[in-house]
Order: sequence, then C-alpha cells, then structure tokens
Amino acid sequence: MDIPYTVQPRQDTGLYNAKVGIWLFLASEVMLFGALFSSYILLRVGAPEGFWPHGWLNVPIGTCNTLVLITSSITTVMAWASLKMNNFSKFKFYHAITLLCALTFVCIKSYEYHDKFVHYEIAMNDGRTFDGHMVENKLKAEGTTFTGYAMLSGHFVTDREELFDTVKHKPKHEETKIQGAEIRKLDNYGPWHNTYTAIYFTLTGLHALHVIGGALAIGFLWGPGSKMWKTDPERFTNRIEISGLFWHFVDLVWIFLFPVLYLL
Amino acid sequence: MSATAIETKPSSGHDHAHDEVAHHVKRYLFVFYALIFGTIITVLASYIPFGHHALNIGVALVIACAKGFLVAGYFMHLVSERKMIYGVLAFTAFFFVGLMALTLWAFADYPLHTITH
Repeated sequence: MDIPYTVQPRQDTGLYNAKVGIWLFLASEVMLFGALFSSYILLRVGAPEGFWPHGWLNVPIGTCNTLVLITSSITTVMAWASLKMNNFSKFKFYHAITLLCALTFVCIKSYEYHDKFVHYEIAMNDGRTFDGHMVENKLKAEGTTFTGYAMLSGHFVTDREELFDTVKHKPKHEETKIQGAEIRKLDNYGPWHNTYTAIYFTLTGLHALHVIGGALAIGFLWGPGSKMWKTDPERFTNRIEISGLFWHFVDLVWIFLFPVLYLL
Repeated sequence: MSATAIETKPSSGHDHAHDEVAHHVKRYLFVFYALIFGTIITVLASYIPFGHHALNIGVALVIACAKGFLVAGYFMHLVSERKMIYGVLAFTAFFFVGLMALTLWAFADYPLHTITH
C-alpha cells in the first residue's frame, strides 16, 4: 500500500504530510528547550551576587563549534538544493561535509566535557580550597576520608568567590601534590557541582543528543537510504528537506546556547 | 519565490526550476556569510563593557535573534511558507512567550526570609 501525500501536497494543507509532521515536532521542541532556557533564567537570576560563574567555558572552542554548526547548516541546505538541481553527486559531497561537521562538533563537545570532569574543587581540612585539573589520581576513598595522594595543576584559593569569575581572577596552573589525609571534600565540575554546571550539562547534553540523532538520520539518508533517489527522487528530496529542517533547528538552538552559556 | 513554491509549482520547464534553485543558492551563501559575521560580532561585543551587564546580555540576544531569523527564515524557508505552518508556529510563539512571561513574573516571588541584593 502506498503512503499518501509523500510527494504531492494535500489540498487542505498545501503541504506534503512529512512537512506538517516535522513542523509539529519542531514546535514541541521549541517548548522543550524553552522550558530549559526558562530554568536557566530562574537559576541565574536567583544566584547570589558574584556567585554565577563567568569565564568557566572556553570561548575560542565554543566559537569554533558555532562555526562548525553554521557550516553544517549551509552544506545541508546545499545538499537539498543539489537534489533540486538533479545533481546527486553534489548532494553526496555536501552531506558528507555535514556529517564531518557533526562528528567534529561532538568531538569538540566531548573534549569540553572531559575538561570539566577532570577539573576538581577540593575543600581542605585546614579550611583552604584548591582548584585545578587532575594530573594523577592516586586517591582512595574510605568512607568520608581519603588515603593516597593526587597531583593537580591548579592553585589554592584564598576567597571562594574567586572561583566564580575566572576572567577577573586568572587561575594559576602550578602542579601541586595533595595528600588524601588533608582532603575534607572533593568534587569535580560535573553536573552535580552546582546549578550552573547542572543547567550547562542539561542544555548542552540535550543539544548534543539532537546533534547525534540528526547525524544518524542524515547518515542513513546519505548512505543506504540514498537508494531511493533512483526509484523515487522527489520523495527522497523531500526526506532530505525534512532532515534538513531538523538540522537547522539544532543549529538555531545552538545560536542561542552559545552566547548564553559561554559569553554572558 | 519560496522553496515551497518551487516544489509545488506546476511544471513550467525543468530549466526554469533549476534557475530558480540556483538563484536561491546565492541567497543561502549570503546568509552563511552573515551568520559567520554575526558570530564574530557576538564574541567581540561580549568583551565590550557597555556600562551595565544587562546591556551586554541585550546586545548578545539581539544578535542571536537576528541570526536565528536568518536560519529560520532562509535555511528553513519560513519567509515564504504555507499558512498552516505559520498557524502552528503562532501557537508555539504564544505558549513560548507565556512561558517566558511566567519566568519573569517569578522574579517577584522571593521565598520568605530571603536576603535580596
């Protein structure tokens, strides 16, 4: 049985069905990300003065990832335009770049996540705080105490407020050996660290899942799914348009995430 | 002429549709350059002290909105879509604005014994 309106537009909507479907889906996605942006605003405004992190993320890396996504957006639309102009090989070329961009984006994001997971804030028994990146971890947790030692690249903080504005208070990177017996509490910059990292990982993690999902769909249409071009080119072109609409939405979300999380 | 118009247009010759898409390609490239320019401006503007941090936030969001318009309007063809899509998005915009309005109203809703700055 043939699925109706995969190519021809319906009389009442003036659109083929998949296009109506993707826009309804994107509308729900706007509300999903909208709710998380709203949470971000509430957390940020509710944070005490001077205790909302500034400069915790690497701006050049974030800018690079933004440019990667913008590039993937143009190649996506060019891939669709190539099919409209009956140029299948150009479609393959452009979408190969889209997939490479998606892979690059995920790799860069993973690197950023890794940087946060090896970054530790350590509360010492003498009341001081050490902040830095783990170089060598030989610590063993025994209940609430630690044995062994850890080598970290960082510095002791005199005022904990310094940690929140690393633009104003440039962190030093000195290799320091910390004995487990001196540690009262140890916590890395994962989602559990504070409300900023929680919302950062939630927003960017959800976005990254969208990137991966979109890349899988585009990858299928670029690979095995592209056989449809020979049998039903118009329907295949529409599939590319639909996957493209999703991809542009993912780009759109990042356009707002980047300044909100990295710059402000 | 929109991308939707290209796909639904009665066949008036393959070459004509080809030319039309080729014309759109130039527009896509222009949008691409504008998005790159917008990204650079966003980063540079974040380093300029406008006097109040709220102004920096405002500037960054205005640039982000302009970039968002370019992506949604031209890459997603929203500048010339069918009425039905606009209808769906009007509902979305209504609820999104409502969500943000609720967020703003919540600012005045401090819990008891909270010290405000």
